[in-house]
Amino acid sequence: MFSIIRTLWLVFLRAFRPRFTVRYPDERRRLPPRWRGRIILSRDPDGQERCVACYLCAVACPVDCIALQATEDDQGRRYPEFFRINFSRCIFCGFCEEACPTYAIQLTPDFEMAEYRRKDLVYEKEDLLIGGSGKYSGYNFYRVAGVSIGGKDKGEGESELPPVDIRDLMP
Amino acid sequence: MSVVIQSVLTVLGVLIGLLALAAGLTFIERRLLGLFQERYGPNRAGPFGLLQVVADAVKIMTKEDWIAPFSDRFVFFLAPAIMVFATVMPFSVVVFSPAVAVADLNIGLLFFLAMSSLAVYGVALGGWASNSKYSLLGSLRAVGQMVSYEVFMGLSVMGVVVLAGSFSLGEIVRAQSRMWFCIPQLPGLVIFLIAGSAESRRIPFDLPEAEAELVAGFHTEYSGFKFAFFYIGEYLGITLLSTFVVVLFFGGWLGPWLPPILWFLIKLAIVIAFLILVRAALPRLRYDQLMRFGWMVMLPLALLNLLVTGALVLAAGR
Repeated sequence: MFSIIRTLWLVFLRAFRPRFTVRYPDERRRLPPRWRGRIILSRDPDGQERCVACYLCAVACPVDCIALQATEDDQGRRYPEFFRINFSRCIFCGFCEEACPTYAIQLTPDFEMAEYRRKDLVYEKEDLLIGGSGKYSGYNFYRVAGVSIGGKDKGEGESELPPVDIRDLMP
Repeated sequence: MSVVIQSVLTVLGVLIGLLALAAGLTFIERRLLGLFQERYGPNRAGPFGLLQVVADAVKIMTKEDWIAPFSDRFVFFLAPAIMVFATVMPFSVVVFSPAVAVADLNIGLLFFLAMSSLAVYGVALGGWASNSKYSLLGSLRAVGQMVSYEVFMGLSVMGVVVLAGSFSLGEIVRAQSRMWFCIPQLPGLVIFLIAGSAESRRIPFDLPEAEAELVAGFHTEYSGFKFAFFYIGEYLGITLLSTFVVVLFFGGWLGPWLPPILWFLIKLAIVIAFLILVRAALPRLRYDQLMRFGWMVMLPLALLNLLVTGALVLAAGR
């Protein structure tokens, strides 16, 4: 009996407290940089696509919303011929970002991507690709990786030793 | 002739006022619940969300009015009508102020008790005619709950009748000119509030429509306008309960300075706000707790209250 009256009183006092609700379209909260929202494809500092079309993101994706096709340019550099994310399937888990070896695919603090038609939620490569390098500004995969592409041979990467002659016995 | 016109106007005025109040309550209740729960409630449509009432009405009218093919069609149509009819009728005996009253019956209180018992038919028939398990379970609970809480709801107001010496609501209000009955009849007030909440299926006693267990209880199969009838009936029930609390225990229109009808409305608003606070604060009872509470606690209390009141009035009369 007493507890009921106390409950009523305490709930009544709640009426004089500030309200928790954020009136969303009128006031927006700051989203942290690592918020998992709309997915983008970034470029390296030289302005070229970071994606090397390794398919790891598509493999990691638990809902199979990423589709891509690898191809190579005349310098031996791999890139995706098309890269398609179906955001009506995407659950924004961020596994693709974790799987990506080149920091190409990244999630951004943006969630306002509602559409009236479902097929408008399928983003192609030109929709996903941004001009900058996203979260990891200085990183350039082909500069640090021991892969030879046109203009850069093996052993010419950053802090990379010349390749070892594996047929030689000398160290 | 002018008497006829005047009474017709009064009837229409009370009816329209009540329906407007019940419609407005759907909005006010959600805003107040929001206030008590530190959120906003509907505040987007119009200033302060006031147009939410209109939006809800348009939405519910344009919804598909689905009639369950497995239902008993005639009774299915009848139940919401009984519900609204039985909750509107008791207002005809309420004396809102000396000038505003449809009919000050000399057995007004009995009429109220009789009509509020009829409301159980709306619930029971609605659940029965829907012919689905959730509806049936809801209406079974409703019948058990309302029949048992009716017993001491009637008994709890008998103390007021003993003090006022009349069943007429006008006489009961006039008898409170020296002291409101909420002071000598405090146990009666508490019992009446609890029984009335159970009668109008308010939240600590909303077992007939317990969303968590029974989808929507007795009105699970209802949609469109017929659902709106049940909905309006529920809010009319809250208004009815608050009206009778005001009339029986808080001196109806009595109060200094302000015009009588305004006093009545102010008291009504406070009681309704209190009922909404109860809804915001208290959880739902379990069914066996409800029954045990009703028969083992409330009924003896109501009888004891009546006994003590009668004994005191007799002693004072000598």
